[in-house]
Amino acid sequence: MSKNITVYLKIWRQEGPDSRGKLVPYTVDNVDPDMSLLEMLDVLNEDLTKKGELPIEFDSDCREGICGTCGLVISGIPHGKKKGIATCQLHMRNFKDGDVITIEPFRAKPFPVVKDLVIDRSAFDRIIAKGGYISVNTGSAPEANLIPIPKETAELAMDAAACIGCGACVAACPNAAAYLFVGAKISQYCLLPQGHPERKIRVRAMVGQMDAEGFGDCSNHAECQAVCPKEISIVNIARMRREYLKSLWP
Amino acid sequence: MTLDGKVPGGPIEQKWDSYKGHINLVSPANKRKHTIIIVGTGLAGASAAATLGELGYNVKSYCIQDSPRRAHSIAAQGGINASKDYQNDGDSDWRLFYDTVKGGDFRSREGNVYRLAQLSGNIIDQCVAQGVPFAREYGGGLANRSFGGVLVSRTFYARGQTGQQLLLGAYGALMRQLNLGRVKIFPRREMLDLVIIDGRARGIVVRNLITGEIEKYEGDAVLLATGGYSPVYYLSTNAVNSNASAAWRCHKRGAYFANPSFTQIHPTCIPQSGEHQSKLVLMSESLRNDGRIWVPKEVGDKRAANDIPENERDYYLERMYPAYGNLVPRDIASRAAKRVCDEGRGVGATGRAVYLDFADAIKRLGEQVIREKYGNLFDMYENITGENPYRVPMRIYPAPHYTMGGLWVDYNLMSTIPGLFVLGEANFSDHGANRLGASALMQGLADGYFVIPFTLGHYIAGAKLSAVNTDNDAFKEAVDNVQKGTQKLLSIKGSKTVREIHRKLGNIMIQYVGMSRSEEGLKKAIEEIKRIKEEFWTDVNVPGSADTLNKSLEMAGRLADFLELGELMARDALNRNESAGGHFREEYQTPEGEALRDDKNYSYVAAWEYKGKEKPQELHKEELEFEYVKESQRSYK
Repeated sequence: MSKNITVYLKIWRQEGPDSRGKLVPYTVDNVDPDMSLLEMLDVLNEDLTKKGELPIEFDSDCREGICGTCGLVISGIPHGKKKGIATCQLHMRNFKDGDVITIEPFRAKPFPVVKDLVIDRSAFDRIIAKGGYISVNTGSAPEANLIPIPKETAELAMDAAACIGCGACVAACPNAAAYLFVGAKISQYCLLPQGHPERKIRVRAMVGQMDAEGFGDCSNHAECQAVCPKEISIVNIARMRREYLKSLWP
Repeated sequence: MTLDGKVPGGPIEQKWDSYKGHINLVSPANKRKHTIIIVGTGLAGASAAATLGELGYNVKSYCIQDSPRRAHSIAAQGGINASKDYQNDGDSDWRLFYDTVKGGDFRSREGNVYRLAQLSGNIIDQCVAQGVPFAREYGGGLANRSFGGVLVSRTFYARGQTGQQLLLGAYGALMRQLNLGRVKIFPRREMLDLVIIDGRARGIVVRNLITGEIEKYEGDAVLLATGGYSPVYYLSTNAVNSNASAAWRCHKRGAYFANPSFTQIHPTCIPQSGEHQSKLVLMSESLRNDGRIWVPKEVGDKRAANDIPENERDYYLERMYPAYGNLVPRDIASRAAKRVCDEGRGVGATGRAVYLDFADAIKRLGEQVIREKYGNLFDMYENITGENPYRVPMRIYPAPHYTMGGLWVDYNLMSTIPGLFVLGEANFSDHGANRLGASALMQGLADGYFVIPFTLGHYIAGAKLSAVNTDNDAFKEAVDNVQKGTQKLLSIKGSKTVREIHRKLGNIMIQYVGMSRSEEGLKKAIEEIKRIKEEFWTDVNVPGSADTLNKSLEMAGRLADFLELGELMARDALNRNESAGGHFREEYQTPEGEALRDDKNYSYVAAWEYKGKEKPQELHKEELEFEYVKESQRSYK
């Protein structure tokens, strides 16, 4: 068992959407390396509560990297420097005694800060509403095994479908582009035969909404893929671009 | 009050079809005149909202998360059952029905379970049509695997993300209806009261979690799909925001709470590492297909796992249950793990863990095959524990995971309050005293996609509902009630944090109302819970104010309800003088230590009626009749 450590935090505090925020320093002693970073924040919040200060508000739910609720920029990197995990899966054993850790919300114009580290990602829901589905009413589905799908295709679709909608891709992108998020959904449904009837309207509607929300354009930095907790590849962006171009021809 | 499950007559195979043929229908033109309130956007809530929107109802959908896509159904890993019999291994609706009734230790309602089995195939069809990327064989057909408590392979899966993929399918269908204007969504809203007018559920009061505003919404029916109550144990596999408050507030308005003591402690979770821990992480039960569970034969053997030779290991599940081996149902696997740890043969730093070993499977199939099947689970394990499960066996221990108990509903999924329907884990109906693996997703989607569209229409068409609006006195009373509760929580300003008190409650619940229960322990738990409740209401410190985002306030309100629910769970467990499924009373066991049911006296659903503050709930019974599956001592040997 490794020994407990002390970390020096700088955490973004912001009262509301229209207030000015700032980084506030906190020191947390006696941190068990088996703790997750969010559990360390829980402990800090309990101390703040006991001292009569307001706890730091942050979003988190499943705490196992699947719901996509949590999302913090940790020392400059969305979800922290460890690859392939969400914020809630980052354990303190990845830090050293005496480390200074900066903790900020995901930053992008379409993701306004609600309070402290909590942001509003409803722009993603509005993009999905425009076409992130296959239009099939309940009860009208054919027998499931009537549509054979090659294993490789199903695996590729699953790779894309693994997106948890956390928004780290947007936070990491210098242009605040949502191409990886949208590209993953487009890919899933253009790979699978069930998605083909609507493929043209889908890609145009979703890309149109993405632009309307104020997300930027992709300029191939690939920062999105580097921070994605599900390690979704930018191949999905290429696939979306092809889909979009194809949709322009009759 | 006699509780009537309203199961239709006739042979069990024909009940649902004959029900559908005889119910009242709402005409297409009239559906849009009816507003349906749906609370929760997990598998049950999202699928119901989407389907009712498609039918033409005017739907309002509420969730506490920032997006409907994040409900806790997403965390389900292993799979969803369906009696498709694609494997040609002898599966059928009957067998799924039989396995579920038996797995539930004969404490569920036969009619409901048969319907569930009948609908299971439709769910897979629907989800495939939606583009859910289920695992496939090289020939292009759907793949299956087996799960605990059954002898066939009927589980469909999408890597270790089955819940996530099914929910994204339902969420997509919901967002499509949003786009078409049939559904409105209200994220970051927490339901804090139910409004009843003329004896019928007609609206809800919610707190806007961003602004703190208390909002009122009226409707013609209220559907509750708010999940289970495992976080009453503080540490569980549930999300940290999962809670019982919406269901509990409905209970306080007249909905009976059924079998609250039937909770599931899942056998394969990563053991707790320290006091700071906020949740426990489940490792999918599918791992038991290839992993072998063992502990050292000798008490206090502290050697590293790989240093213990084969003949000094006790593969206790294979030894005790040769027919099912490592695939016995969850309640049995959990209790066996507890037993060997109680004997002092547990492993790891705390001695509260057993090994789940893949060495044989890796030898037999190769590391690559294991990586393909379980890679993400192995990575998750390594990330949390810092150990490589390809080299050393995993350490696992049981953790609270699912609650079979919930609000009482009849065959229509309607509670004891007319117009209040309860779907998915929030109701009590299908899993009896123990749920089989991969059956929660099945039930949530069956309720939402295929049951509620019929039963709700039947209610609406027959109810003759008058128009109501939110100026009604009942709304005013509910809002006052909510506001007073919030102010009270903020005014105490004591010395304990919400989390500290929740941890105390959790310790009592897991110790006395967990895997093993006794009369003495349960009586003690009731006293302790009362004391913790008193401490909460006099000494909790809820910081901040009500007019802003305040997660401490949200947590405090949920804990207040857990404190009341915890007491009812203990009382229900005390009332049930038998062992059944997840409810194991030490006084009632066979000489081999298996659960001993008392069918003569306890073959009933215990439904509890709220009688007012500080008064004990009153017990009502729904007698269970087993016409098709003969009640027997469960045997997995």
